[in-house]
Amino acid sequence: MASSHRIVTANRLRDGAVVYLTAEGRWSDMLACGAVVEGEAALAVLLAQAERSVADRLVVAPYAFPVTSGDDGVHPTQKREQIRAAGPTVHPQFARATGLPCATR
Amino acid sequence: MYRYDAFDHTLVAERVAQFRDQVNRRVAGALTEDEFKPLRLMNGLYLQLHAYMLRVAIPYGVLSATQMRRLAHIARTYDKGYGHFTTRQNIQYNWPDLEDVPDILEELAEVEMHAIQTSGNCIRNVTADPFAGVAADEFDDPRVYAEIIRQWSTLHPEFSFLPRKFKIAITGAPNDRAAVMVHDIGLRMVAGPDGQPGFEVIVGGGQGRTPMIGHVVRGYLPVPQLLTYLEAVLRVYNQLGRRDNLYKARIKILVHETGKEEFTRLVEQEFASMASENPPALPGGELARIRACFQPPAYADLPASSPEHDLALTQNRAFARWVKTAVAQHKQAGYAIVTISLKPIGGIPGDASAEEMDAVADLSERYGFGEIRVTHEQNLVLPDVPRKDLFALWQALETAGLGTANVGLVSDIIACPGLDYCNLANARSIPIAQEISERFADLDRQHDIGELKVKISGCINACGHHHVGHIGILGVDRKGVEYYQVTLGGDGTQSATLGEIVGPSFAGGEIVNAVETVVATYLAARGEGERFLDTYRRIGAAPFKEALYGTR
Repeated sequence: MASSHRIVTANRLRDGAVVYLTAEGRWSDMLACGAVVEGEAALAVLLAQAERSVADRLVVAPYAFPVTSGDDGVHPTQKREQIRAAGPTVHPQFARATGLPCATR
Repeated sequence: MYRYDAFDHTLVAERVAQFRDQVNRRVAGALTEDEFKPLRLMNGLYLQLHAYMLRVAIPYGVLSATQMRRLAHIARTYDKGYGHFTTRQNIQYNWPDLEDVPDILEELAEVEMHAIQTSGNCIRNVTADPFAGVAADEFDDPRVYAEIIRQWSTLHPEFSFLPRKFKIAITGAPNDRAAVMVHDIGLRMVAGPDGQPGFEVIVGGGQGRTPMIGHVVRGYLPVPQLLTYLEAVLRVYNQLGRRDNLYKARIKILVHETGKEEFTRLVEQEFASMASENPPALPGGELARIRACFQPPAYADLPASSPEHDLALTQNRAFARWVKTAVAQHKQAGYAIVTISLKPIGGIPGDASAEEMDAVADLSERYGFGEIRVTHEQNLVLPDVPRKDLFALWQALETAGLGTANVGLVSDIIACPGLDYCNLANARSIPIAQEISERFADLDRQHDIGELKVKISGCINACGHHHVGHIGILGVDRKGVEYYQVTLGGDGTQSATLGEIVGPSFAGGEIVNAVETVVATYLAARGEGERFLDTYRRIGAAPFKEALYGTR
C-alpha cells in the first residue's frame, strides 16, 4: 500500500550529510525531526522551502520520500531511505540513531 | 616509477588552485549546483548516499610507499580512518567534507597524486596488469604505455566532453590480469612480424546494462603509432557516439550498432588521414624518456631457490597454504610477487584502514623497493619480494591482519559499495560478500574448492564486474525488497566470457545457500584438476539450474 505521508530530505552542502526538513524550516540530521506531510499542497510548501535552502547554499538535491507515521514513530518505506537514515549497514560504527525521538538542537 | 617533472607539478598545482576557487565560489553562491556538479565530477568528487565520495586516481595501479602513507594520512585526517580500493585500481574515500577537498587534493599533489578525470565523460584511469614489469609471463611492460596514455589523455582538449566515460586497460602478458576484453579500449601487447612489440587493439568491450566482449579492430599496431591510433578511435567515437540516450552512449553500443567491419573501416580511415602528421603524436624521444622511468630496480643477485624458504614450506602448513595463493612467479631469479588479500573473512572487500595502509607501505620498503600495486580485484601487491623473505613477510602480514590465504579463492570476492553507500544501487552487495565469506570461512574447504571468482554488483551498472565472475551476483529491487540474480561461467581473462543467468533471483536470505548449491554441484561433477570454470565449461549450466531450481 502506497504511503501518502512524506518527508523532504536533501544532502547538506558542506559535508554531504543526509538531512530532513523540519516543521520550523530548519534541516535536521534526525529522521524523527522531519516534518511529515500529507497531500500535494502541503508537500509543495515544503519543497518550496527546500528550494530556498538550495538558493541559500545550505543543501543540495532536495526531494520527498514516503514514510509510515504512527505510534511506533516515522519509518521510510523504501530500503534506500532506511539506509540513508540509519547509516551504512556494514559500518555500525557510523550508525545514526533512528529510534530516538526528535531532539531539539 | 614515473616521477613528475616541473610541467606535471604545475599542471596538478594549477588544477588544485582552480578547484579550490570553484569550491569557494560554490559555497559563496557564485556557482549553482548545476554549474558546479560537472566541475566537481571532473575532479572525482561524487555526492553519494551519506556524504561526498572522492575517487583518487592511482595510475595503472602503481603506488610508492610515500604515496600509500599519504593515502593513510588522508583517511585519518579528513575521513573516517579507511579507504576503499576499487575495480579500476583507484581508491575512494567515503566521507570527505566539501571544503576539505581542496586541501586533500593539495596534500595529494605533494606526493604526485590527483583525482583528475576519475569521473565525468572523459578518459578515465588507464588500468594495467598489477604484475606489470615483474611478471614471469610478460612480453613487455605495460606501465610504459599506460603512462604515455595517461599523459596524452589528461586534459586532452578534444576528448573532455565525450558522449560518455571512456575506460582503457592494457596487458603486457598473455595471461590477462587487466580484463582488457571488457573495456572500451583494451590493449594487449604482442610481437610484430619483426619481433618488435606492438598492440592488439580491442574496442567495444564493457559491462553494465549491456555487457559485451570487445572486438579486435587491429591485430598488430606498432608502438610508435599508439597515440595516433587511439586518437583515431576516440575521434570516431566522439563524432558518432550517441548523445541522446545515456544508456546507449558508450563506444560498445557504437561498435555494435555500426558493425565491427564498418567501425574498423572508419577508424582506419581516420588513422590513415592522421598517420602522416608531423610531429607524430608519440615522438621517439618521449617514448624513451618515459621508458627510462620504468627500468628494473637494483635487484640483488639471488639464487633461484632459497633453502630457508623451502624449509619453512615443509614445516609450517599455514605458511605453505598462504604461499600457494599469494605468491606468483617473478621474472627475476630469487624474487616473488606477493598479492595481499584485502578480503579478511567477514570483512568488507577492498577496504583498508589507515593502519593497514601504513603497514603495507612499511612492508613494501622492508621487503621490496617501496612499490605497491592495486589490483582490479581489490587486493594489493608487493611486486619485488625476495623469496628468502617470504616467511618473515607472511608473519608480518598475519600480525597486521593482512595474511588471509584466500587470493583467488571463493572468499576473495569483488563487491561494489552497493546500497550501503552508492546512490545508484538497488541492493546491498557488501553484506552478501560478508555472508559468503563467513559461510566458506574454513580455509581447508576453500583450498579444496580451488580457484573460484565471485563478483557482486548492487545494480545493473556492474561496478562489481559480476558479468565476468565465475559466479556473478547482481542485486535487484523486486517491489522494494532486495533480491539477487545469479550468473555463472563469466571470465575476465583472455578467454573472456559473459556469465549466463541461471534463473529467477534469490531472496537475501537464500542467496548464500544458492552459492553453496552451485559449489556443491561443481564439486560433485569436477574432473581431475578442473577448476570451477573448467567444469562449468564442460558440463554447462543445466546441472546447476537443476540443482538450484529443481527439475522443471
